[in-house]
Amino acid sequence: MTEPDLNRIWVYLSASPLLGLTMTLVAYSLAHRLYLRSGLNPLLNPVVTSVTALILFLLATDTSYDDYFDGAQFVHFLLGPATVALAIPLYQQFNKLKQVWLPVTVALVTGVVVGAFSSVAIARLLGASLETQLSLAPKSVTAPVGMAISEQIGGLPSLTAALVVVTGIIGAVIGSKLFDLMGIRDDSVKGIAMGMTSHGIGTARAFQVSAQMGAFSGLAMALSAFLYSVFLPWLLSITGVLG
Amino acid sequence: MQLINGITLLLIYQLAGEVSVRLLGLPVPGPVMGMVMLFITLMIRGQMAKAVEPASTALLGHLSLLFVPAGVGLIVHFNRLGNEWLPISVTLLLSTIITMAVTALVMQWVTRLTARREPNHD
Repeated sequence: MTEPDLNRIWVYLSASPLLGLTMTLVAYSLAHRLYLRSGLNPLLNPVVTSVTALILFLLATDTSYDDYFDGAQFVHFLLGPATVALAIPLYQQFNKLKQVWLPVTVALVTGVVVGAFSSVAIARLLGASLETQLSLAPKSVTAPVGMAISEQIGGLPSLTAALVVVTGIIGAVIGSKLFDLMGIRDDSVKGIAMGMTSHGIGTARAFQVSAQMGAFSGLAMALSAFLYSVFLPWLLSITGVLG
Repeated sequence: MQLINGITLLLIYQLAGEVSVRLLGLPVPGPVMGMVMLFITLMIRGQMAKAVEPASTALLGHLSLLFVPAGVGLIVHFNRLGNEWLPISVTLLLSTIITMAVTALVMQWVTRLTARREPNHD
């Protein structure tokens, strides 16, 4: 194949959504295989490795994020139906939830307040801009909901989306160590704390520990997304974070 | 066909959620409203869970994949990250640890408190 031929193929590929979509799925399936082979080493979380690989690929080929997203949006779009689908584990765990609704509710409401204010306060103390502070506030909320909240309160939705992913990874990586250090052994408590803080990425990790931890984590992710979207704009405005 | 039916139902609920949020001016994102509506439907008609289950298992089983395109979006914010990397990284790390620890402690504490009030449950 001659140079101009290759060029023409690249011009076609870079303008078509096919490449971005395929690269996303290939990167993820390789990353997932690596994760399994490493014996589920949390540092090799498939989201970390596939995001890193894709960023390097975009930089190396000088592809813009917009062009990449033309294809990747088909994967991104599924976050919406996936959020709706959370109703299923919620429904299936409802009997268990009924017994612990009080501790769960108190823990999640506290978690929402602490999560939002600790991020705004720490970022402000360290001199981050207001936009960055506001983009950090919904960092524990699953991506589609976090982005919608970010937009509503004046943050940058795309920055929030990326921060949400990093928060999910941090929680998934440190969660088990933290619970060990704190002497917490109850899988329902661990699941609630994990889902509250690290949404879907934490929930994926929780399911590896036990089905119970996974179910409670999914539950916490769904309920906290709901609590965040109802309370966060209001919390920020009554406390004067939003002018 | 079951998978397609399930996905169709999820999309219908998401659509209903988006529309009702806009019509009623609710401060909740559309998919969250869709989730609440589906949950209420399931409480009334539990047998519908079977129709949605394969699709929801497929979606929730690979939830981390769905975050990848958003994660790659970091690339757009390299400038901001360069300028504000310290506050951003310290905030992410500290706030995540604090939130997780506080949530776990509160849940454990309230669980013990309520368990003590109902000694017959022991």
